[in-house]
Amino acid sequence: MNRKLIIVYSLMMSNCLSSVFASDFLMENIDGFAEARTSFKPSNDIFQRNVSMAELRLQIGTEQDIGETTLTWVTDFIADSVDNRHEINLESGRGVIDQRQLNISFPLTDNMDVKLGRQILTWGTGDMTFINDLFPKDYQSFFLGRNDEYLKAPSDALKISVFTGLINANVVYTPKFDADRFISGERLSFFDASENTYRDRDNPVEVNKPDEWFEDDEIAIRLYRNIINAEAALYFYDGYWKSPAGVDESSGKRLFPALRVFGASVRSPFATGMANVEAGYYQSDKQSKSNPFLRNSDLRLLLGFEKEIAKELTAGVQYNLTHMLDYSDYLEALSSNFTVNDKNRHVVTVRLTKMLFQQDLKLSIFNFYVLSDKDGYLRFNVLYKLVDNLSVEGGGNYFYGKNNYTSFNQFERNNNMYTAMRFSY
Amino acid sequence: MKKITFTNAFFVLVFSFNSYAMDGREIMKDVIQASYYQGQDVRANAHMTIIDQQGRERIRALTLLRRNMEDSGNQKYYVYFNKPSDVKKMVFMAWKNSKKEDDRWLYLPALDLVKRIAASDDRTSFVGSHFYYEDVSGRGLDEDNHQLVSEDEIQYVIKSQPKIAEAVEFSHYKIWVDKETYLPTKIEYYDKNNVVYRIYRLLDTKNIDGNPTVIKAQMEDLRSGGKTITKYSAIVYSQNIPEKIFSERYLRKSPKKYLK
Repeated sequence: MNRKLIIVYSLMMSNCLSSVFASDFLMENIDGFAEARTSFKPSNDIFQRNVSMAELRLQIGTEQDIGETTLTWVTDFIADSVDNRHEINLESGRGVIDQRQLNISFPLTDNMDVKLGRQILTWGTGDMTFINDLFPKDYQSFFLGRNDEYLKAPSDALKISVFTGLINANVVYTPKFDADRFISGERLSFFDASENTYRDRDNPVEVNKPDEWFEDDEIAIRLYRNIINAEAALYFYDGYWKSPAGVDESSGKRLFPALRVFGASVRSPFATGMANVEAGYYQSDKQSKSNPFLRNSDLRLLLGFEKEIAKELTAGVQYNLTHMLDYSDYLEALSSNFTVNDKNRHVVTVRLTKMLFQQDLKLSIFNFYVLSDKDGYLRFNVLYKLVDNLSVEGGGNYFYGKNNYTSFNQFERNNNMYTAMRFSY
Repeated sequence: MKKITFTNAFFVLVFSFNSYAMDGREIMKDVIQASYYQGQDVRANAHMTIIDQQGRERIRALTLLRRNMEDSGNQKYYVYFNKPSDVKKMVFMAWKNSKKEDDRWLYLPALDLVKRIAASDDRTSFVGSHFYYEDVSGRGLDEDNHQLVSEDEIQYVIKSQPKIAEAVEFSHYKIWVDKETYLPTKIEYYDKNNVVYRIYRLLDTKNIDGNPTVIKAQMEDLRSGGKTITKYSAIVYSQNIPEKIFSERYLRKSPKKYLK
């Protein structure tokens, strides 16, 4: 009897579904893509496999409006032959499902919007460089050769936006700390200077992550307005370092020390280009001053300029300074076998983007160069749209430098080339 | 003596009358008004078919909102992409400023990123089509010297030469203007060797709420052999689209009411 019911029910459902699928309504409200992407390491890395990614990804997204309320749902289904852990972990995005967005948004009053649920959040003025954007990043995807959009990991948060003639405000409350999808060694290896060893899938770093609901929470605030031509903003963040920035001496586990950030930014047209200035004061855990195992407070500055330098050719340059505070305390507390971090870390980035053939072909390079470490990271990508819905792409991630312990060159063993084909619908 | 004076006066009168009626700049002012400033605001769907020299087609479908901030002056544009799928839900917003560079933004939904973009060369492709950004948003009246070269019962023909020759790729353009609607029916762009290399053609118009409106137009690139045909539909004038729509708030949360 039960079985019969199930059959009847499934027939009804399939009938229902097929008629929905056949209708234009659904296709208009559902979008996404199917993608095959592989990346491999040209050099023989004995610590990780040669194929660093071989994944099929299906993204299904929909937006449904009920009155003024919008439900947004974007899910990625992933089949990955490299990552053999298939159980779903919605926080790390590992497994067969990466839930990108699942939220409702609605206006609370005429000048107030609310967005609640899983969402992608971005603010600030930097190009792949973040000072006041303390929303989670996915460096694994970034380094592996996934599309740029995967640099942003989703947040589970409540966002309230207020718009007034004088000033606009966003307040984002994350009830449980959302860390970066950082490089742990599991998927991508790196040189761990503190242990003087390579971290890989047999020896990944272990973390002690703040994960108590409503206790280990985060709050991020942005106040912004236009001042003549310029967009000016003030920022505040209270939470934790987004990637490990400390070690627990007894267990050796990595920590996410408390962090507060006060910042500001201005973005304005300048000399027929776009200029931006952003600064932030990172106030680390109180104990960081005397504890060499916790990252110190620092001051950060970003200067950027972007301009179209020839037809369909855009160039962007950024300078990013991180100035460590309490440096003498840091040196004093440091034991002799530690690698000494510089007081000032200078990074210069250059981006070039060229469009050709009615914008069907896009060539881009992005290079980070750390003046103080003499190392860097080059990203390059060629994307060609075969037809409107089908694109092919190829590119690479190349880490370089003199020493294996510097910020980018520690990832040197992950140098990769990737190819992808994407069908959007 | 008296007779001569009379003749002189007659000539002066006729000449000044003619120069008023036939002033190229005055006509172009009306052309710009008719092409880019109809209504207090407008919403329209634009469907572009981009055809390359081998006949391959690409489609762009977008919804366009435009609000005039002042007569023949500043405007605000909101362009929401529907097709192709990979750019769906992206938004391009521009505040067109008559006295300074435009302010432009791009919203990338997958990153929730509002990117302010530098005012680029206005004479580069708009969304990969053969129309230039400037063809879509309008070229400043006083960027060119406009000269009426001929006129018949139905149209004016105007020759326009750039005041700053280095700033543009054309040496001049010739524009045929319908006397009734003041919409250009054809524009030919000439290169520095006086050869036509780019032609705009008006293919169809419709009177919407008393506004003669382009509903089909084509831009052809004679050098590459490619062309783009744009069709406009669901055009609504003066529904009072609020100014606040053209802000970061509505980049991040699209104003469905006006886009549907």
